[in-house]
Amino acid sequence: MRYSGFKVIKEALTGHKGWKPAWRDPDPQPHYDIVIIGGGGHGLATAHYLASVYGQHKVAVIEKGWIGGGNVGRNTTIIRSNYLLDGNEPFYEFSLKLWEGLEQDLNYNAMVSQRGIMNLIHSDAQRDVFIRRGNAMILNGADAEYLDLAQIKKEYPFLNFDDARFPIKGGLAQRRGGTVRHDAVAWGYARAADSRGVDIIQNCEVTGFRIEDGKCLGVETSKGFIGAGRVGCAVAGNSSRLMAKAGMRLPIESHVLQAFVSEGLKPVLPGVITFGAGHFYVSQSDKGGLVFGGDIDGYNSYAQRGNLPVVEDVCEGGMAIMPMIGRARLLRMWGGIMDMSMDGSPIIDRTHIDGLYFNGGWCYGGFKATPASGYAFAHLLARDEPHATATAYRFDRFRTGHMIDEKGMGNQPNLH
Amino acid sequence: MIINHPLLGPRDSAEFVYLGAAALMDRPDPETASAEDWHDYAYLRDNPAGPHRELWFHEGGDRSILIVTRDTTTHEITGVELAREVASK
Amino acid sequence: MTQKNRLNGGQIDRDTTLNFTFDGKQYAGHPGDTLASALLANNVRLMGRSFKYHRPRGPLSAGSEEPNAIVELRSGARQEPNTRATTAELFDGLSATSQNRWPSLAFDAMAINDRLSNFLTAGFYYKTFMWPAAFWEKIYEPIIRKAAGLGSLSMRADPDTYDKGFRHCDLLIIGAGPAGLNAALTAGRAGAQVILADEDFRMGGRLNAETYPIADMSGADWAAQTVAELATLSNVRLMPRTTVIGAFDHGIYGAVERVSDHLATPAAGKPRQILWRIYAKQTLLCAGATERPIAFDNNDRPGIMLAASMRAYANRWAATPSHRVAIFTNNDDGHRTAHDLQGKGVKIAAVIDTRQDAPRSYDYEVLQGAQVVDTKGRLGLTFVEVNQVDGSTRTVECGALGVSGGWNPNVHLTCHQRGRPTWDENLAAFVPGGTLPSGMNVAGAANGDFSTHGALKSGANAARKALGLKGRAPAVPEAEDAPGTQTPFWYVEGCSRAWLDQQNDVTVKDVKLSHQEGFRSVEHLKRYTTLGMATDQGKTSNIGGLAIMAELAGKSIPEVGTTIFRPPYTPTAIGVLAGRMRGKEFHPTRLTPSHVWAKERGAVFVEVGNWLRAQWFPLPGETHWRQSVDREVTATRASVGVCDCTTLGKIDVQGSDAATFLNTVYCNGFAKLAVGKTRYGLMLREDGIAMDDGTAARLAEDQFVVTTTTANAGRVYQHMEFVRQCLMPEADVQLISTTEAWAQYAVAGPNSRRLLQKIVDPDHDISNEGFPFMACANITVCGGLRARLFRISFSGELAFEIAVPSRYGDALMRRLMAEGEEFDVTPYGTEALGVMRIEKGHAAGNELNGTTTALNLGMGRMVSKAKDSIGSQLSERPGLNEADALMQVGLRPLSAEDKVTAGGHLMKASGPVDAAHDQGYVTSAAYSPTLGHMIGLGFLKDGGNRMGETLRLVSPVTDLTVEVEVVSAHFVDPEGERVRA
Repeated sequence: MRYSGFKVIKEALTGHKGWKPAWRDPDPQPHYDIVIIGGGGHGLATAHYLASVYGQHKVAVIEKGWIGGGNVGRNTTIIRSNYLLDGNEPFYEFSLKLWEGLEQDLNYNAMVSQRGIMNLIHSDAQRDVFIRRGNAMILNGADAEYLDLAQIKKEYPFLNFDDARFPIKGGLAQRRGGTVRHDAVAWGYARAADSRGVDIIQNCEVTGFRIEDGKCLGVETSKGFIGAGRVGCAVAGNSSRLMAKAGMRLPIESHVLQAFVSEGLKPVLPGVITFGAGHFYVSQSDKGGLVFGGDIDGYNSYAQRGNLPVVEDVCEGGMAIMPMIGRARLLRMWGGIMDMSMDGSPIIDRTHIDGLYFNGGWCYGGFKATPASGYAFAHLLARDEPHATATAYRFDRFRTGHMIDEKGMGNQPNLH
Repeated sequence: MIINHPLLGPRDSAEFVYLGAAALMDRPDPETASAEDWHDYAYLRDNPAGPHRELWFHEGGDRSILIVTRDTTTHEITGVELAREVASK
Repeated sequence: MTQKNRLNGGQIDRDTTLNFTFDGKQYAGHPGDTLASALLANNVRLMGRSFKYHRPRGPLSAGSEEPNAIVELRSGARQEPNTRATTAELFDGLSATSQNRWPSLAFDAMAINDRLSNFLTAGFYYKTFMWPAAFWEKIYEPIIRKAAGLGSLSMRADPDTYDKGFRHCDLLIIGAGPAGLNAALTAGRAGAQVILADEDFRMGGRLNAETYPIADMSGADWAAQTVAELATLSNVRLMPRTTVIGAFDHGIYGAVERVSDHLATPAAGKPRQILWRIYAKQTLLCAGATERPIAFDNNDRPGIMLAASMRAYANRWAATPSHRVAIFTNNDDGHRTAHDLQGKGVKIAAVIDTRQDAPRSYDYEVLQGAQVVDTKGRLGLTFVEVNQVDGSTRTVECGALGVSGGWNPNVHLTCHQRGRPTWDENLAAFVPGGTLPSGMNVAGAANGDFSTHGALKSGANAARKALGLKGRAPAVPEAEDAPGTQTPFWYVEGCSRAWLDQQNDVTVKDVKLSHQEGFRSVEHLKRYTTLGMATDQGKTSNIGGLAIMAELAGKSIPEVGTTIFRPPYTPTAIGVLAGRMRGKEFHPTRLTPSHVWAKERGAVFVEVGNWLRAQWFPLPGETHWRQSVDREVTATRASVGVCDCTTLGKIDVQGSDAATFLNTVYCNGFAKLAVGKTRYGLMLREDGIAMDDGTAARLAEDQFVVTTTTANAGRVYQHMEFVRQCLMPEADVQLISTTEAWAQYAVAGPNSRRLLQKIVDPDHDISNEGFPFMACANITVCGGLRARLFRISFSGELAFEIAVPSRYGDALMRRLMAEGEEFDVTPYGTEALGVMRIEKGHAAGNELNGTTTALNLGMGRMVSKAKDSIGSQLSERPGLNEADALMQVGLRPLSAEDKVTAGGHLMKASGPVDAAHDQGYVTSAAYSPTLGHMIGLGFLKDGGNRMGETLRLVSPVTDLTVEVEVVSAHFVDPEGERVRA
């Protein structure tokens, strides 16, 4: 069924009788060519591109709960491609380009809104680093714009210019960055994949891998064994738990990142703003809520909830840079499990087990990567070779010393 | 969170800095370790969903490093030791 | 001014009149009123508009669960959007404005959406607005955004202050209704440290809203008497106007006390609100219950409210939404409302009871087995249509309808650590279950004990249990003990729209559509329809949506699930979560001992981490910072300059194994460093990347003084403690950070020794022979003041760093200036410091960016192979040792007037300019007054072998392309003759 304005009108006039489930609820088949574990954004996107680009139709996505219930449904919805390093920037720029055509590709309005993202700069050293980054973005074919103080005052007059502990000295803007309605990304990919025959199997937990002679033959699940030619794992914060079932230890720690939304407010913010002297970034949703976040809590956690010190730290950052939000109210806070990798960059790679593939280590940046991650993982699963934009995301980069460390924090995941 | 410091009693976790898995104390022997050992030490983590031994540095206190055993699914703390004492055993 | 709907009685102070305005119109109320009760007393039912359809709305409730009656409170910079009229305490001069309507509350043009509601069903926007692609940002989204949102921010900085505080107790009791009060009494009398917190400004909970007695007095009087007794107990802290917003790990609770929200402006020196972090050994949740509505067609008109809230308005606030009221109920509680209102002279038009066996024992008409099927009245209810048990339809004229669908325990806080409530069949409601936050118990209606007697009893028992009290339980005062059984009745089948989530306009139809389209789990339901996502967080709406979904899916309600309750319990001002950490107080400000002196000299300061450092010292007539900086550099290189370098990290390393320890933390050797000598040290992370650099001075066999960069002082200290405690536990070595203990100054320039000789006590020989380059010593200055002297140089000149105890820092700086007059001594700031270190080619923070190795820095050979040190092993990985690895180089523009920009990328002299052809980047750049042009440091692929090559420095983001030549990074004195002079 195609969605369109016409269809909405037609259904409205005929009692909404014609709407069908957005995806089927199939029982698992005994064997698939490709099984993807994880019905989050990345897993569903992988399924979609496998079916739509790589011609794979015997594909299943296995999800232990409900699709879209993990980080794709609990992030702060930001998309951008403002990365510095060669290993990253082409990949994220590819992702941004996929975002730009997503709705037409999926026939689903995920509200990709390119209202811009602006990183504030508060010191000369920070400016040097951001100029280097802006140049790297442009040299990689992305857009970047350096804003001086006067331009920032003009575009963001409500920021704290008079009383700041760390005065604003400039900013690096990416106009093509912005936000996307996060849940709709999961639903849109699910619906598109389902329409091409992908089985999305919810409430089906993987309990183990069947591995014989170094080859993965399929997965044991709460709904029985499901055979697979290839198995791709895309379970973000649960990566270590899942891959431990295949006997693997990963260069990943799971950490909690909290996110926050305020009550609905009339339009205040033009785009995404990132405070450079504290842990705070914010945008405003189409419903009017200020969606904001900051640093991870900093300790290993699978609890999907955090603690007060970080809540306070984030709100301090908010009040430092935008003291007008003091009387806006925080409506809800929640936590997600971040698969923090050892250099802050992801992994999309084969494992040492034949037929078993891995996608993870997204840290707190997985949402913006969703389309490219799905595309590149689909490429890897279909062709058994890395996608051109994801060649650096290998497991063995730590062995060889080819880390992709944007923040320069080394092998301490909670600092990335 | 509250960490029950063996010397100072219960302290708010905000006084501490988290340093990561306690396995970081098991630095390979430079005489015998292979490149693989160094890779595994520096980069691979158990990252369990459940009890986790981890290092907390009491930066806002007595500067001791503690090994805290904490459940990563509930945040419940079941043990706190002084890292230096454990390391010298 | 008349208060047409004001009844008799109530807990308001009728002797005092408070004037207030709503949408500019003047009204009067009394102390004890909320904005909503006062408006109702003034016969105002219409208080807001809904989010999507802009439906006219009045209050649904009398508490913090309110979805409809939300307003912009106050004006100017204190404007508070989305404030619940039902909890806003009335004060004289209060002004409130309705929101999300245009041009007026009574006539809202956006109500056109209501006519289009058939097109604007759940999730419609996911299905349209996709063509043409460019229209989303340009046309559709701006329209949607403009229409969305509720209240407005003032766009001005919040003028009020907020505080934070910490409290500790044996027992934290949340909620001061019958259970909470009796628990506090039990615990308080037993001598425990008790905190009793309640969101309301009057403690008592439902007791203030009911008429039935406790023992021989009214419930409200019993509450007042109990509160009075508790106030006399020094071990009990009463915290009214305090909302416990969240249950965090290990018994830590967040609570917000609204100190001044009931005043026009906070009293002088008082905060608006305080965030308390409460550390509770045990917690007792007595948060009561929330009445749940029944959904039926057009159940959202102003005048339709929860029956128990209607009763609360009448009993506590002596206000009624109308003098002619009907009740729609499925339980006995609805009858209490009818009874109480009738007792206050309100006409009960009818009680419509879904039960065929509904009691008829009262003096008003009861329609048994009947249901409300529709309502009328655009801006306020005029009548309801009722389907009677015999199938006939009847119209009941009324200005207000009280609706009661039973009660839901307020389990919110029990779920903050992801525990799930359990379904109680008998109550047809979720009750606390699963794993509660550690130390938490639940009592009273929050635990499903709905009767007053049950609440009093369970409160006392739970307090005794939490505190481990022994002995006989005290008697529970006599009170009503009606059975709590509830028969579920969720909605009336209709053909129009029946609202579940009134604020977000989610109707029964939307839930059905959600089911039809496959969004059937509770998480999908709420996300697809936005059910429960409004400012009331679904307190009155979630359960109805769940029940309908369960019915459609043929499942039980617990099988459909319950959404996870998240903090905060009610929306919380962002300002109070930040407290005082805003503006200049956002972070602490660290000042060096010579700060006051620098200020006197007119220094311009710059933030370096939390430090403020003098950036340059302008002299009269200097109009551009470059003039000052160039002068400072030139004067230092010509004679002598002084720079405050106190902010560098300083760590004392002591013990017989101190040298062994440093040998491990630095990649280069320290074991053989002689006493009285200083050595440059490069510290690697275990992954082989440079972490920090500095110097270590051996002042004694068993004592070193280590310096770190300003930025990394904390992290280096932490790292060293890790190595000491975790990797070298047996070593005899102690560490202490002495950054704040010593004031340290660089004295640099050809005349630096001559200047210092005037200050250093004469028995210390600081001649080049007696105190050569890299020497260090404990000395005395100015006639006996202990000091440390290091002959180290960051500037490339003959230079010293001298340290004295911090309290003498100011005096030493002044002495240096006075004694240096004959040499025209020049104080210099961080800019000149930076220029000179770039001229000398010293790496700093810009180069030590967390991705550079010793090899990149041109120090590859420093990593000793002869010993084990942190990072030495992993630094040997091939990726860190490639043939064309980045190497630090100097860069000089081919044309002296050209600009060199840090952050610029390096490209070959000809060929494409893109990422694939990137040769490196510029890390630092400055104008060198010594050379008369700009210079830069950078990392260049295979840079060591490319001296003399011409490159293009490109910085498209700042629109710059210049040609530069690769040169040695040591622009000044490459042979190091000056430092050894």
